[in-house]
Amino acid sequence: MDFRGLVIILLSAVLVNNYVLRQFLGICPFLGVSKELGSATGMSIAVIFVMLMSTAVTWPIQMYLLVPNGMGYLQTIVFILVIAALVQLVEIALKKYVKSLYSALGVYLPLITTNCAVLGVTIANINKGYGFAESLVNAFGSGLGFFLAMVIFSGVRGHTEDSEPPESFAGLPITLISAAILSLSFFGFNGVIENLFGQ
Amino acid sequence: MSGILLAVVSVTAIGILCAVMLAVASKVMAVAVDERLVSLRECLPGANCGACGFAGCDGYAAALAAGGTATNLCIPGGDPVSRQVGEILGVGFVDVVERVAVVHCCGTSENTRDKMAYQGVATCVAAKLLYGGRGACAYGCLGFGDCAAVCPNGAICIEDNLARINTRLCTGCGLCAKTCPNKVIYTQADVITTVVTCSNLEKGAAIRKKCSNGCIGCKKCERECPNGAIAVVDNLARIDYEKCGGCGKCAEVCTTKCIRRASYAGIFRNAG
Repeated sequence: MDFRGLVIILLSAVLVNNYVLRQFLGICPFLGVSKELGSATGMSIAVIFVMLMSTAVTWPIQMYLLVPNGMGYLQTIVFILVIAALVQLVEIALKKYVKSLYSALGVYLPLITTNCAVLGVTIANINKGYGFAESLVNAFGSGLGFFLAMVIFSGVRGHTEDSEPPESFAGLPITLISAAILSLSFFGFNGVIENLFGQ
Repeated sequence: MSGILLAVVSVTAIGILCAVMLAVASKVMAVAVDERLVSLRECLPGANCGACGFAGCDGYAAALAAGGTATNLCIPGGDPVSRQVGEILGVGFVDVVERVAVVHCCGTSENTRDKMAYQGVATCVAAKLLYGGRGACAYGCLGFGDCAAVCPNGAICIEDNLARINTRLCTGCGLCAKTCPNKVIYTQADVITTVVTCSNLEKGAAIRKKCSNGCIGCKKCERECPNGAIAVVDNLARIDYEKCGGCGKCAEVCTTKCIRRASYAGIFRNAG
């Protein structure tokens, strides 16, 4: 696929098919780690990193190991296994060789091990029939979309917590409501790709 | 049958491969953890108050293990922690000057009055944004208890619109001092004997109208102090506790009684 196709995949992954706000995957870190901008960005960068890495590993496994042997149904379990091991390996390697990145990602790296958004991206790549390069671009875009959602939402959350909502709404209820409104606003990106690229 | 076998074998193989890879990686890329770091972290109180100047107890333990850091910086831990840290690092015991939070305001409803019926968000930070708070004095305690909310030990309560420190519970971490938007609370070494319970920098006549307790800058204390420990700067008496001998003459002569004996202000945790 040409460069234009890759840009379309990237943009639609970030805006239109945003994993958190449109497909409701990866909600736990979205609600759990979005209290502060610093930890939200740390988590998001770790997600982008892990999504890229796990796509780079799971796509070849699916295409060259599972499909030729008629074991496509093992996709989920093998992917989870591989992603979990991979994240652990990356963590060990970072701790040894890139200390600064390790301390920046901190506790978020192991947290992502079983994040549904990561598994979702790797499976979506297969289901949509993407090639290797397209899969990587889609993974990167999905990670960026996660980053965008986290950063926006940490700002929103700061405001809702400062403005003292009524007692019955304080805490999680107001957070869920604002998440819903934010998700609704992302529906405004429907059709953006078609209009930009004229499909 | 062979299909199941193939599936089981391949998943097991992938699992074993991952396990071996991780085992090898953890050996090859092992990072030596300083044993002292673990024991140092264990003996620190874990309040993560930041009074030592580092990012929580983990940060202080790391700095201690790296060396070159004073062992008496943990104020909530006090002498016992300093002693333990000294033992772990093999250095001598250094006494911890315990600190206590002091409120430099006495704006109770008896002494001062409100200038508005404030009905906004009930925090000090928010109240200060609206004409400097509800009280007539814009320098004093705002009385919404931001300090009480942040205190990890529950040592602060708001009574009659004024923050009060329970010095038996106060560990001197200074979180309240950092939080107070008017900087009314300071932490002091808890051997001090006199406290200026005012923070107002206005001229005497202006203060008189607002608070019967405010420092009017009359300089009586400055003249009376035998050690020259008091100086009136910007219309407010300030005590230099390095020089203060603790005679309490300033409190006796103070025109508005805003300099008080520390026992009255509730200090003397250890002596009492």
